[in-house]
Amino acid sequence: MISQLTRDERSSAMYLSGLLVLFGGFLAIAGRNDVLGWHGAMLVFSGAILLFALISRFYDDEPARESRHEYYDDPTKFGVVVAMIWLVFATFVGDWVAWLLVFPEATFDAGWSSFGRLRPVHTTGVIFGFGGNALIATSFHVLQRTSRARLAGSVSPWVVLIGFNLFCIMAVTGYMFGITASKEYAEPEWYADLFLVVIWVVYFVLYVRTLARRQEPHIYVANWYFMAFILVVAILHIINNLAVPVSLGHAKSYSLFSGVQDAMTQWWYGHNAVAFFLTSGFLGMLYYYLPRRAGRPIYSYRMSIISFWGITFLYMWAGSHHLHYTALPHWVQNLGMTFSIILVVPSWASAGNALLTLNGAWEKVRDDATLRFMFVAAVFYGLSTFEGSFMAIRPVNSLSHYTDWTVGHVHAGALGWVAMITFGAFYTLVPMLWNRERMYSSRLIEAHFWLALSGTVIYVFSMWNSGIIQGLMWRAYAENGTLAYSFMDSVDAMAPYYVARAVGGFLFFLGGVIGLYNIWKTIKMPAQAHTPIYDLPPVVDVEPAE
Amino acid sequence: MEFDHNFFVGFAKSYGLFYMMAFFFGAVIYAYWPSNQEKFDHAAKSILEEDKVVQK
Ligand code: HEM
Ligand SMILES: [Fe+2]
Repeated sequence: MISQLTRDERSSAMYLSGLLVLFGGFLAIAGRNDVLGWHGAMLVFSGAILLFALISRFYDDEPARESRHEYYDDPTKFGVVVAMIWLVFATFVGDWVAWLLVFPEATFDAGWSSFGRLRPVHTTGVIFGFGGNALIATSFHVLQRTSRARLAGSVSPWVVLIGFNLFCIMAVTGYMFGITASKEYAEPEWYADLFLVVIWVVYFVLYVRTLARRQEPHIYVANWYFMAFILVVAILHIINNLAVPVSLGHAKSYSLFSGVQDAMTQWWYGHNAVAFFLTSGFLGMLYYYLPRRAGRPIYSYRMSIISFWGITFLYMWAGSHHLHYTALPHWVQNLGMTFSIILVVPSWASAGNALLTLNGAWEKVRDDATLRFMFVAAVFYGLSTFEGSFMAIRPVNSLSHYTDWTVGHVHAGALGWVAMITFGAFYTLVPMLWNRERMYSSRLIEAHFWLALSGTVIYVFSMWNSGIIQGLMWRAYAENGTLAYSFMDSVDAMAPYYVARAVGGFLFFLGGVIGLYNIWKTIKMPAQAHTPIYDLPPVVDVEPAE
Repeated sequence: MEFDHNFFVGFAKSYGLFYMMAFFFGAVIYAYWPSNQEKFDHAAKSILEEDKVVQK
C-alpha cells in the first residue's frame, strides 16, 4: 500500500497521521479515565502505527510513473477484505444476541455482554462495518470505471477508509464500555460523530473531484445513487447528532432536541439511514455489477433515472411511520403513511428493472451463483419494500409495531437485499480487482448462496410468525374485557421462533465465513499474466502530484 | 413574514403539492426528452464496452 504512494504523498500521509496522534492525545488527556480517554489513547496508538509504517518505508522506491495511468484499486481491495471481516464479526455477535434471547442468563454476569450492549455492537457492525466498507470500496471501483478516470488523490481514499474504520471501532468498543447517545443507529457519542463528519467530507470531496476528471460526458446512474448516499448521510448524521457534551473531557452529551421533536428528528434520521445508507448506495452497486455480470445493459435506463428521483425525494417524507400512535401530530403521521405507500412505486420500478434486465438470461442465473445472489437481492428488495409500505399503514402498524414483525422486515431488507447484493458484487469484483481469472472456488460460492438464502428464509419466516402471534396475543381480550394474556405468556410463546431464528442466523454467519475464506484463497491464487487492457483508464496527461 | 412553525406547515399544506408535482414532471421530462435518448443508451452500454477501450 505505502509502496504505491509517491514520497510527497507519504509525507502528507505522515502529517495526517501526526494530526490523528494529536487529536487522540487531546482526547486522552482531556478524558483521562473516562471512555473518552481510552478512545483517545486508541487513536494515538493507531496514528503512531501509521507513522511508524510510513517512516520505515519512506525511502522505499517510488511507484513507477506509469502506474499513475492505472486505476487506483488498493483502497477498494482493503475495503472488500475489511467488509468481510466485519461481516463475520458482526453476524457472530448477532447470532450471539439471538441465543441470548433464548437463554437470557448466558451473559457471564458481565456488563459488556448484556443484551443491551451487544445488540448495538451487532447493528453497528453489520450496517456500518460491513455495509459501510462495502459501499466505500465498491463506490471507488464503480466511480473510476464509469468515469474512466483515476481517483483524484492517493492519500484521501485512505483517510476515508482508515478513518471510517476507526470510527466503527470507537463505536462498538464504546457500547461495551456502556456509553451510548441513545439514538438508534446513531449511538456513538459526540467526539466520534465529529470525527466522522471530517471523514465524510473528505469522501464527498474525493468523489466529486474524481467525477470532475471523468472522460465520459454523461455520469452513469450508479454514481448518482452513490452521491445521494454520501451527501444525504452527511446531512442526516450532522443534524441528528447535534448535541452538547457535558464537558470536553467527558463522553456523555445531551441532544439539542427533546420530546417529540427529538423523536421526529431521530426517525427522520433512522428512516433515511435505511433509505440512503441501506438502499441508495446498494442500488448503485446493483446498477453497475448486475448488468456487468449478466453481460446485458440495464433494461430501462430512463426508469433508473425516474426511480432515482422518486426514491431520493419520497423517502425524505416517510420517517414518521416509525411514530404512529405517538404524541406526533396526526397530520405528520398521515404524511409519513401516504409517502410510504407511494414509495413502493419507485422501489418496485428498481426491483423490476433489475429483474427485467435478467429476463432472457435466466440460464445464467441458474448456472452462476454470483448472478443468482443479485437476482435474489432484487426479489428481496421488492419484497421488503412492499412489506414496509404495508406496515406503514397506521392500522397495520398497530399490529406490527413493537413486535418481531419489524425485526423480520428489517432482515428481509438487510440479509435478503443489502447483504445478497453485496455478495454478488464482491464475487464479481474480486477476480477483476486482483486480476484473477475467476474466484478460487465456484462450489464455495454455491455453498455460500444456499446457506445465505436458507438462513434468510428461516430468519424471516420465524420472525413473521412470532411477530404476528405477539401482536395478536397483546390485543386479545377475554370475555370479561380484560387482556387474555399476560406479557410473559407472549414471551413464552416466542421460544420456538427464537431458536429457529438463531439457527437461521447461524447458517447466514457460516456462509459469510465461507465467503471470506473463498475471497482470501482467491487473493492467494497466482495472477493472470497481464492486466486485461480494458481495465486501464484511457491515457491522459497526468497532472503532476499536487 | 415570520418563518415559524405555522409558516412551514402552511407552505407544506398548500404549495407542497405543486412543487412536488413540478419536481416529478421535471424528472420525467428529463428522462424522456428525445435528444437525451442517445446519451442514455450510450451510458447503459458503456459499462459493458469497457472491454473494448483502445489504448494508445
Ligand atoms: C418502501 C420501502 C420501505 C418502507 C415504506 C418501510 C417501512 C417501515 C416500517 C413501517 C417500519 C416499522 C416501524 C415501526 O413500526 O416501528 C420499518 C422498520 C424498519 N425498516 Fe423498513 N421500510 C422500507 C424498506 C426497508 C428496507 C429496504 C430496509 C433495508 C434494510 C429497511 C429497514 C428497516 C429497519 C432497519 C427498520 C427498523 C427500525 C427500528 O429499529 O425500529 N426497510 N420500515
Ligand atoms: Fe422507515
